[in-house]
Amino acid sequence: MTRRLAVNPIACTGHGICASMLPELIGLDEWGYPIMPDHPVPDDLTPLARRTVRLCPTLALRLESADRR
Amino acid sequence: MTSTISSDWQDIAERLGSANRLTAGWRDADRPAILRVHAGRYGPMPALPRRADWLIGAVTEAGLTGRGGAGFPTGRKLRAVAEQRGEPVVVANGMESEPASGKDKALLARAPHLVLDGVVLAAAAVGASTAHLCLPRGRNRLIADLRHAVGERAHAGIDPVAIEVHELPHGYVASSETAVVNWLNGGDAKPTATPPRPYQKGVGKRPTLISNVETFAHVALIARFGPGWFRRAGAGGATGSMLVTIAGAVRAPGVYEVEAGTQIGLALDRGGLHGQARSVLVGGYFGSWHEIGQVGTLPLASGPLKSVGAAPGAGVLYALPPDACGVAETARVLGWLAGESANQCGPCMFGLPAIADDFAQLASGRPRGNLYDRLHRRLDVVSGRGACAHPDGAVRLARSALSAFAADVRAHASGRLCGPARRGRGDGPALPLPPSFGGSGRDSWR
Amino acid sequence: MTTAHVLWYLTRATGIVALILLTGTIVLGVIGTARAASPRWPRLLTAGLHRNLALTATGLVAVHVVTTVTDPFVSISLVAAFVPFASAYRPIWLSLGAVAFDLMLAVLITSLLRDRLSHRAWRAVHLLVYICWPVALWHGLGTGTDTKLIWVLAINLGCVIAVLAAVWWRLSLTGNEAVRLAGRLTLAVATLLTAIFVLVGPLQPGWSVRAGTPPALLGLGAALQVLT
Repeated sequence: MTRRLAVNPIACTGHGICASMLPELIGLDEWGYPIMPDHPVPDDLTPLARRTVRLCPTLALRLESADRR
Repeated sequence: MTSTISSDWQDIAERLGSANRLTAGWRDADRPAILRVHAGRYGPMPALPRRADWLIGAVTEAGLTGRGGAGFPTGRKLRAVAEQRGEPVVVANGMESEPASGKDKALLARAPHLVLDGVVLAAAAVGASTAHLCLPRGRNRLIADLRHAVGERAHAGIDPVAIEVHELPHGYVASSETAVVNWLNGGDAKPTATPPRPYQKGVGKRPTLISNVETFAHVALIARFGPGWFRRAGAGGATGSMLVTIAGAVRAPGVYEVEAGTQIGLALDRGGLHGQARSVLVGGYFGSWHEIGQVGTLPLASGPLKSVGAAPGAGVLYALPPDACGVAETARVLGWLAGESANQCGPCMFGLPAIADDFAQLASGRPRGNLYDRLHRRLDVVSGRGACAHPDGAVRLARSALSAFAADVRAHASGRLCGPARRGRGDGPALPLPPSFGGSGRDSWR
Repeated sequence: MTTAHVLWYLTRATGIVALILLTGTIVLGVIGTARAASPRWPRLLTAGLHRNLALTATGLVAVHVVTTVTDPFVSISLVAAFVPFASAYRPIWLSLGAVAFDLMLAVLITSLLRDRLSHRAWRAVHLLVYICWPVALWHGLGTGTDTKLIWVLAINLGCVIAVLAAVWWRLSLTGNEAVRLAGRLTLAVATLLTAIFVLVGPLQPGWSVRAGTPPALLGLGAALQVLT
């Protein structure tokens, strides 16, 4: 089961809490908006990723599950 | 499954050539073809298919792709909508917000019934009983003509599907699929985040088939004359014919019908290309600049063009006048595109103006700081991070300009400016740009 | 020390600490909306601390409610913790507590079920904390038997200053002139009213009576105070 971080760009208002929680995966552009990784979330970071999703103030962040192709 | 065409249409099919299908009879009239004329020109309306019936197979076999800019295979879209649960809705997108394109307006103004035929046929094929035609607010004559055409059909009682004509805000991003669907759902004409896509959940949360008006016109022809006939035209992997808008440094700018996959150079020659024009904008303002020498022999089809980073897009071929500065023109367009943002997504809202500003510095020959690094970083970071393809298109335009006008870019970056920029242009800016939507604060997105 | 004593102390202690935590929660919430951060105080700290303080405060208020209801000295029913004007003990001031508690529960529940709500609905309820906090403050000032104590007054004053400063500063960040003015005006008026209330109410002798303490408890309360 691969998991990918994805953000709803309309709901996202650039709080940057996700990048603060998960700097290993999420960076910020020069305007404060998160840049999602283009690789799946490693298993050891998945619990942290889940907590990060819950902390997004606008619930713009989500963790998508996709079966390995 | 190729349906054999009835003799009703055999003669007509023979008469319609490969580049005279949509535009048949346009030269002789400047008013929309009324129902009677339309029936005489193309033959009677075909029998309506049932849901997921022969028409979808025919359109798939014909190889028709969307003519709105994305080029998605139409048969696949029809099938996807027909296979969803629930009764679908059909939307014909006649918004044409691309300033350099005039093909949809021309098609709707001259052959509205061809489009409406296609809408009704597609509706039957996907099992829809409601259809909408979306036009941009402000085109009062066009809207009146289309309402009249719909009225003609209602009076003649030929459609089981009622078509509603709507006027939408005329912003650049308002013509995107999700924006049109959002407006029909009572919201603003601003793009929405996907998933779900319209074919899954669109108007009224129902599966929605939304396609460009030209695409529907081709469906109407395929339904009459069959996929075999449709495929008689086409090259470079593309099938059928297509409408293109040829403009800029050409003697006879306007909307032309060409075979899909026509060589770009040949298409430009039909418009009477200026001997010294060196660059062409392919697709639209979300498309890309190329040297005519490089793309002239390439077919206007998605497969071959992908190798140079281009796509047919909305069928725009704009030849840059030799006395115009490509860098300055691009800077102008980027500034306009930035102003057309729906301001919903940070990377677009902030990134496009930043990129436009960098290009403006380039155009003026006064770059600040390390412009190249900054601009390239921004181009990488903005693309793909919005809810719609608007930032992607602007980035594509910018990147292609840096490549196609590389020598001029170097001159501008060093402060020297290119020849046309130094000489200036008597006629003023070349590329057409309407006033920025929402810029005055008075335009409503609703 | 009797059970009644312990419960009474717990009620007062949890009430005061809950107010402090609630104040901290609001200040952190305001800092969050301002997106303020520094290398040593990252966004996640503000967000995480806000959440944890809120949960702790809610827990303390729950204890506060339990100790109040089980206190044999005053007959305040469980209903009165949720429904205003359901108790004979200082009805108005206790009702404020019930209102504040109800608002806290609404915020808690909507926050726990955030992914099932629309963002707009969640936010609308969340903004009720700006009513919940002053109501809780007045509840404490009016119902609390310790309001006259200098250190309790100091705590209340500190909380007011913290929230006042945070919201005043936050308003300075908005470009909307009307909102800034209206917000600051509201802050000023509310603070003034609170100050006036404290001066003519709890700080004046005989407040117990005026607040609505049942006569049967008046003498006993004074006796307890003498004893402790």
